[in-house]
Amino acid sequence: MIQYIIRRILYAFPILLGVNILTFVLFFIVNSPDDMARLQLGQKHVTQQAIDNWKHQHGYDLPLLWDSHAPGGEKLTQTIFFQKSASLFVFRFGTSDSGRNIGADIQERALPSLALALPTLAVGLLLNVCLALLIVLFRNSYLEQAGLVLCVLLMSVSSLFYIIGGQFFAGKLLRLVPISGYDDGWAAVKFLILPIIIGVFSGIGSGVRWYRTLFLEEVGKDYVRTARAKGLSETATLFRHVLPNAMIPILTGVVVVLPSLFLGSLVMESFFSIPGLGSYTIDAINNQDFATVRAMVFLGSLLYVLGLLLTDISYTLVDPRVRLS
Amino acid sequence: MKISSCAVLLTAALVLAACQPSQLNNPYSDADDQQNILYQSFSERPKHLDPAMSYASNEYTFIAQIYEPPLQYHYLKRPYQLTPLTAKSLPQIDYINAQGQPLPPTAAEQDIAFTDYVITLQDGVRYQPHPALAKKADGTYLYHQLSPDEIAPLKTLADLPQTGTRALLAEDYVYQIKRLAHPKNQSPIAEIMKNYIVGFADFAQQVADKPKTAIKDIAMAGVQATSPTQYRIRIKGKYPQFSYWLAMLFFAPMPWEADVFYGQAGLKDKNITLDWFPIGTGAYYLAENNPNRRMVLQKNPNFHPETYPTEGEPDDKAKGLLNDAGKPLPFIDKAVFMLEKETIPYWSKFQQGYFDLSGIASDNFDQAVQFTGGGEAALTPAMQAKGMQLQTSVETSTYYMGFNMLDATIGGSSENARKLRQAIAIAVDYEEMISIFRNGRGVPAQGAVPPGIFGFAEGEQGINPNVYEWRDGKPRRKPLAVAQQLMTEAGYAHGVDPKTGRALILYFDTMAAGVDDRPLLNWYRKQFAKLGIDLVLRVTDYNRFQEKVRTGNAQIFVWGWNADYPDPENFLFLFYSANAKVKFGGENASNYQNDNFDRLFEKMRNMDNSEERYQLIQQLEVQVRHDAPWLFGLHPKSFGLYHSWFKNLKPNLMANNQLKYTRIDAQERAQKRAQWNRPIFWPLGVLAAGLVLLALPAARAYRRKLRGN
Repeated sequence: MIQYIIRRILYAFPILLGVNILTFVLFFIVNSPDDMARLQLGQKHVTQQAIDNWKHQHGYDLPLLWDSHAPGGEKLTQTIFFQKSASLFVFRFGTSDSGRNIGADIQERALPSLALALPTLAVGLLLNVCLALLIVLFRNSYLEQAGLVLCVLLMSVSSLFYIIGGQFFAGKLLRLVPISGYDDGWAAVKFLILPIIIGVFSGIGSGVRWYRTLFLEEVGKDYVRTARAKGLSETATLFRHVLPNAMIPILTGVVVVLPSLFLGSLVMESFFSIPGLGSYTIDAINNQDFATVRAMVFLGSLLYVLGLLLTDISYTLVDPRVRLS
Repeated sequence: MKISSCAVLLTAALVLAACQPSQLNNPYSDADDQQNILYQSFSERPKHLDPAMSYASNEYTFIAQIYEPPLQYHYLKRPYQLTPLTAKSLPQIDYINAQGQPLPPTAAEQDIAFTDYVITLQDGVRYQPHPALAKKADGTYLYHQLSPDEIAPLKTLADLPQTGTRALLAEDYVYQIKRLAHPKNQSPIAEIMKNYIVGFADFAQQVADKPKTAIKDIAMAGVQATSPTQYRIRIKGKYPQFSYWLAMLFFAPMPWEADVFYGQAGLKDKNITLDWFPIGTGAYYLAENNPNRRMVLQKNPNFHPETYPTEGEPDDKAKGLLNDAGKPLPFIDKAVFMLEKETIPYWSKFQQGYFDLSGIASDNFDQAVQFTGGGEAALTPAMQAKGMQLQTSVETSTYYMGFNMLDATIGGSSENARKLRQAIAIAVDYEEMISIFRNGRGVPAQGAVPPGIFGFAEGEQGINPNVYEWRDGKPRRKPLAVAQQLMTEAGYAHGVDPKTGRALILYFDTMAAGVDDRPLLNWYRKQFAKLGIDLVLRVTDYNRFQEKVRTGNAQIFVWGWNADYPDPENFLFLFYSANAKVKFGGENASNYQNDNFDRLFEKMRNMDNSEERYQLIQQLEVQVRHDAPWLFGLHPKSFGLYHSWFKNLKPNLMANNQLKYTRIDAQERAQKRAQWNRPIFWPLGVLAAGLVLLALPAARAYRRKLRGN
């Protein structure tokens, strides 16, 4: 398995390099270094000399990908791409174009994102699995039909509606929780209750239907019939046999998103004023801050690759038949 | 679930409802409830807090409370008036000829080679407590040589426990002007100041390759500290508007210690920089800097004695604005700015009393404001019941529709093109636009100079006679028939282009690409269609739009200008040919060029305010109204809502340091918050009962299933 992991890590390098080149090309098709300078310097009294100075100070006065006038290896290294991207591979994110240290910003913002996303995922998973099992328990009855209709209804509503409605109902009408905000340590709990409930609630419709499909696939299998023939109750069959055997697809969905939980949720964090990473990339794109964009895209792809690797490893843990080679 | 469990749930809900603990939705600490703290919000994180770099209003909200330039605007008096801040008095202005000899104040402009601004500082002004100024017992600086091990555990500036202070010196102002010149600081005004301050450009060249801290010991020819409390700035020629620059934060003092302290390797990696942790002499200092969540300003314990103004406009006393006259500033101990990106939660929190003031977004406008029969804005009954205060003020800004004067169809000085532009100016009904798209928040512009700025003419004298006529004591837009007649005279009868025999096609360049912008863009098309013109929308992104304007490829566009300082020169220079966008990269985006205008402008720009200057401004306005390089759009009107506990409320569009004048009644706020935010629990009980009812059929079905097995 160690060999497999090493191989996968090595595979990640060309993927990350490719993502970096793609981000770089896309970014600079839309924005030139002059455009970036203009946006950073503001709209008034911006002269070409000020733009040239900004580019020089921020290292954007180099050729983009290839410097044909430079000697030897400097043709590649004396470029914006190399100067801005090489350090990412040793996790040095550098400073944003407005002068802030990106690594420090990411560290500071990742925790609030995680504080919201992790409980939402955990509670949501538990609730969705339980409800899906209940629906499977009452399959072929009017309760299953009612449950499915309810799920479709819940799925049909926009997540934005849940957020605005939740804030209105719990925060404004009943005045039970703050409408938005965040605080350090345990004081954050009162701010997180509402977004977590909304996050869980808005995911019930799709989550329950997805897990129900997985469980239904399992309940028709021979081992389940055997379990029932041995006299196990339906509940025991579902929880002791069906659930563990349906774990592989559940893990596929869950483990792959675990690393990216750090990246946060744009809408949720924005509406609840949670100082997470959710809006960091969007803000950077709007500000034409290439340094931050490339750092966040790099981090996003890295976490995605990591998520896939973790998923593969987790297979071996839940199903001994799976061998990584 | 058993009936007993339901009963327990219901009882619990009822008990909770009976307890009625107050303010569960309070986003702040309960301990702060009755404290003298102002709560505000911000929607966009500031980019820079260094006064050499910052040039955005959302950044000035913070740093204008921290940094103190030598001058400021009088809080109450109008028209806007400069008063000393850290200076003892307004600068002494000396004119000098090319031979270096002094000239009398009445000297002719052409004889003045240089102007000296001599500024004398007040005694007793000291910096906020700051680690950069902390000293050891032997007098050396405590934190100027931090080792990597000392820097490693730092997360924020507050992790350095010792602070120090020192007196403000004239040298600190000189040092800041040198900072403006240093290319590494990238000051947005560096290029402008090269044209004015003697020695600025040479200094910039001299220090280009040197570290930021090197400037301390290098002199700039035109800027000198003549004593610890006096400095002199020498500028080229005569430029009376320079006094206004001295009220801007670019000219605030900076102790050299700040650059030495923040320049230490490793601090930047922690985001501990001068750009994020200011050091000033103002009424407040930045106690917490988390642009992701909140910014906290705390009263500066070293703030110099300053009192609330004792004079204002005639009706200020009646409005209670002089109740605090002569009292020491500031009134508020702490100001908390919370990041709120979305308007819905922000508006709800304001209504709950958790923000002390608020702007009014379009979505909430009808909830807050209604118009009386006379067209006056007033609060809705719901807002009145809460005791809210509404403040409106016309901003010192002008929004306009620009015509590219280099364009072959719409531009140029030919009579036909001029009439075409004037016809469009009549047809595009900005009164309607203000009513539909801005909820009445704007005043149709009659010229370039907005109200509140010297040279703005009220009444009939100030209208644009090419677009309006004076009827019933009001400016009325000329009928469409006049515009149609102008179109005919321009050679486009009924909007038909004689070259093609079809409707004249004009191009509107805009970066308004969102779905929300479509109604406005369609409205523009309809306005042009009144004249038979087919307006083609060329929607593009910000970068391409800027490029089109810069290269002269835009035909018609909408733009605006906010005053840097309250002087007509700051608006009329937008028509000066030496500022043409395409030719010189200046701010004359229409590329307007008129010799008569240039001549009058050159005469007017450096004059002191006088009747002669006023008349020149009127002549300049007449010229641009006639040539119509702009369709004068509107001067925006800002609406602000303030809770009843917010005192000393007077909009001042030039001053950014208003926080020190603001007072709040914290007790009243605490009472109202408690009254408005009592939690309601009984719906939770109902919800729980509903869930139980929903679960009952499932429980019954499960029991049946078990029995069946």
